[in-house]
Amino acid sequence: MVDGKNQLLFKDKPIKILLAKPGIDGHDRGILVLAKAFRDAGMEVLYAGLLPTPEEVVDTAVNEDVDVIALSLLNGAHMTVFRKVAQIMESRNIDDISLVGGGTIPDEDKPELEKMKITGNYGPGTPLSVIIDHVTMRAIEARERKLR
Amino acid sequence: MVEEQNYYKKKLQEVQKHTELKENAEEKRWRDTTLKKWNEKTDFNEKEYTNSSDIKIKDIYTSSDLPADQEPLLGISGEYPFTRGVYPNMYRGKYWTMRMFSGFGTPEDTNSRLKYLISHGETGLSIAFDMPTLYAIDCDSKRAEGEIGKCGVNVTSLKDMEVVFDGIDLSKVTTSMTINAPAAVLTAMYFAIAEKQGLDLNKIGGTVQADILKEYIAQKEWIYPPEAHLRIIRDMMVFCTKNAPKWNYISISGYHIREAGASAVQELAFTLADGFYYVDMGIKAGLDPNRFAPRLSFFFNSSINFFEEIAKMRAARRIWATVLKEKFGVTDPRAQMLRFHTQTSGYTLTWQQPLNNIIRTTVEAMAAVFGGTQSLHTNSYDEAMALPSEEAVKIALRTQQILAEETGIADTIDPLAGSYYLEALTNEIEKEAYRYFDKIESMGGILNAVKNGYIQREIAATSYRRQKRLESGEEIMVGVNRYVEKDEKPINILKISKEAEKIQLSRLKNTKETRNVEKVKKSLDALREAFRDEKKNVMPFLIDAAKSYATIEEISDVGREIYGGWKEPVIV
Repeated sequence: MVDGKNQLLFKDKPIKILLAKPGIDGHDRGILVLAKAFRDAGMEVLYAGLLPTPEEVVDTAVNEDVDVIALSLLNGAHMTVFRKVAQIMESRNIDDISLVGGGTIPDEDKPELEKMKITGNYGPGTPLSVIIDHVTMRAIEARERKLR
Repeated sequence: MVEEQNYYKKKLQEVQKHTELKENAEEKRWRDTTLKKWNEKTDFNEKEYTNSSDIKIKDIYTSSDLPADQEPLLGISGEYPFTRGVYPNMYRGKYWTMRMFSGFGTPEDTNSRLKYLISHGETGLSIAFDMPTLYAIDCDSKRAEGEIGKCGVNVTSLKDMEVVFDGIDLSKVTTSMTINAPAAVLTAMYFAIAEKQGLDLNKIGGTVQADILKEYIAQKEWIYPPEAHLRIIRDMMVFCTKNAPKWNYISISGYHIREAGASAVQELAFTLADGFYYVDMGIKAGLDPNRFAPRLSFFFNSSINFFEEIAKMRAARRIWATVLKEKFGVTDPRAQMLRFHTQTSGYTLTWQQPLNNIIRTTVEAMAAVFGGTQSLHTNSYDEAMALPSEEAVKIALRTQQILAEETGIADTIDPLAGSYYLEALTNEIEKEAYRYFDKIESMGGILNAVKNGYIQREIAATSYRRQKRLESGEEIMVGVNRYVEKDEKPINILKISKEAEKIQLSRLKNTKETRNVEKVKKSLDALREAFRDEKKNVMPFLIDAAKSYATIEEISDVGREIYGGWKEPVIV
């Protein structure tokens, strides 16, 4: 999954990722598939379960020292809820954890999410390999900052 | 009645016999000569065909794929075991109800939509609620921010429901409300409005979904642990059987189980197992199943594998009638009938090349009609992206009208009956369902199987397998992993205005300022007492609390104090 010099970054500790649905949303088919796919790709996967608050998501991510938080919402509230998570991270000066998003996210919302440093924002039907590659790239960024 | 413990095991052995293949000399001859020669000549490599349930599909079916006693397994429409349909004349008597699920924004928005529908001759309303309402969270809660009116209408207190139904005579319409965890609260609000209109509850018809077991399995909208919700549903069953006999208090739903990733067999088996649980619960509460079972209805998914879906629906009717008769001793045919609503599959829709979704929905809708559905919702082509636009909804409705009135597929009852393939598949799916019932029974019943996460893990495993088949190209989705187009043009999608949130917040503020605080407190205290006393029925107390304008979260908090919340078992 990770090649070349990046292999060293994850030598002792594989990519650690926290999956969360921080809004009021029970659509968990996608996030459960991703949890299995990330695990099969060699990552250490934590699943925050349903209905955690944005604060709880960030707290767990910090306590567990994850590389990436992956947020998923399919209820149309991503612009409010994803933003809350990004704001909490910013207010606590957390820059060694990357944020990625996914769900039913219209194209027009994506530039604004990118501005909040929430990347990916993939919809249903995206190949798992595309998502895994993206998460890996964001994990490398986070890990490099952790080692800085 | 058959001895309870061994019932499903015995049935499994019995239905297994219907799927045992017999030697067919003619088929063997054809395989060894005509087919073999052809395959050699065309250099044909046989591959394996399966459906969502991993049932192997033969290249050809003949009479020897059916048991000798196939006819009695079918019966005739309107007669036990109802495989061919629940009503004697089916669509000749009346087409399926074209019931389009809708709800959005504020109660005012929804009220004018309902009045518009009524003015166009609709008598069956179907209401979607937003996420905060579904989880019993008030609109002024911090958690509800950004979610008001997004996926349906927001209802925080009776005030909102009064606006939703303003000027609508509840004795003239039936209303279907898709709500589960707080279903009893919404039912209480609906009954409170009926009372204000001076109507007797025995005149009020409608449906609440209230299928809490499938919430833990698939849709994941709960407030309390399962036992607490089940107690409330039991109270609703008892109360309605006595006071509101036309109220359908549970719509047992496979739809969400399927959307969560289950196969057709899993959808069927887990849904019917939920249904058996509710029947048992009613009997234990002292009700006569002959009287209450007709109030239970079903809600199935129609996905993209045409014959598998039709077989699933036909098997569902046969299993339900058989188990209710044999295991639960139900004698009234009305109580043995499985009536169901169908919705085409949201999961099969793609955001790529969205107009293709019209075709998928059409095929799925046809399967529902061949499956003998009582009502149907067809999805709109833009629903992989957002709530549907008006234009998209209209095409979805027109799809049903074309199927009903132009194609002739509804001209005769159960037209595919007798197809070797369809009947063999129906028998096969029935057998696989009994295999699950037996397994679930051995785990101590469906409630245990849900609480320990077995059912959820089964679904997650199927869903992951399917995803991997898509990744490998073994399974095809047009526009997603084959015939992909670059630079697709975006289509217009519906946007929900932010106004809804402001309007709801101001109405709630006003309600809280003008309601009688003492009355609210008294009604909630009485409700707390009722919750604590297993022997009391909570419904009258819920109705009182609703009438005092206590909010959905305040009412549900009473239960939260007593029962606590619920953390789901580990699934992945």
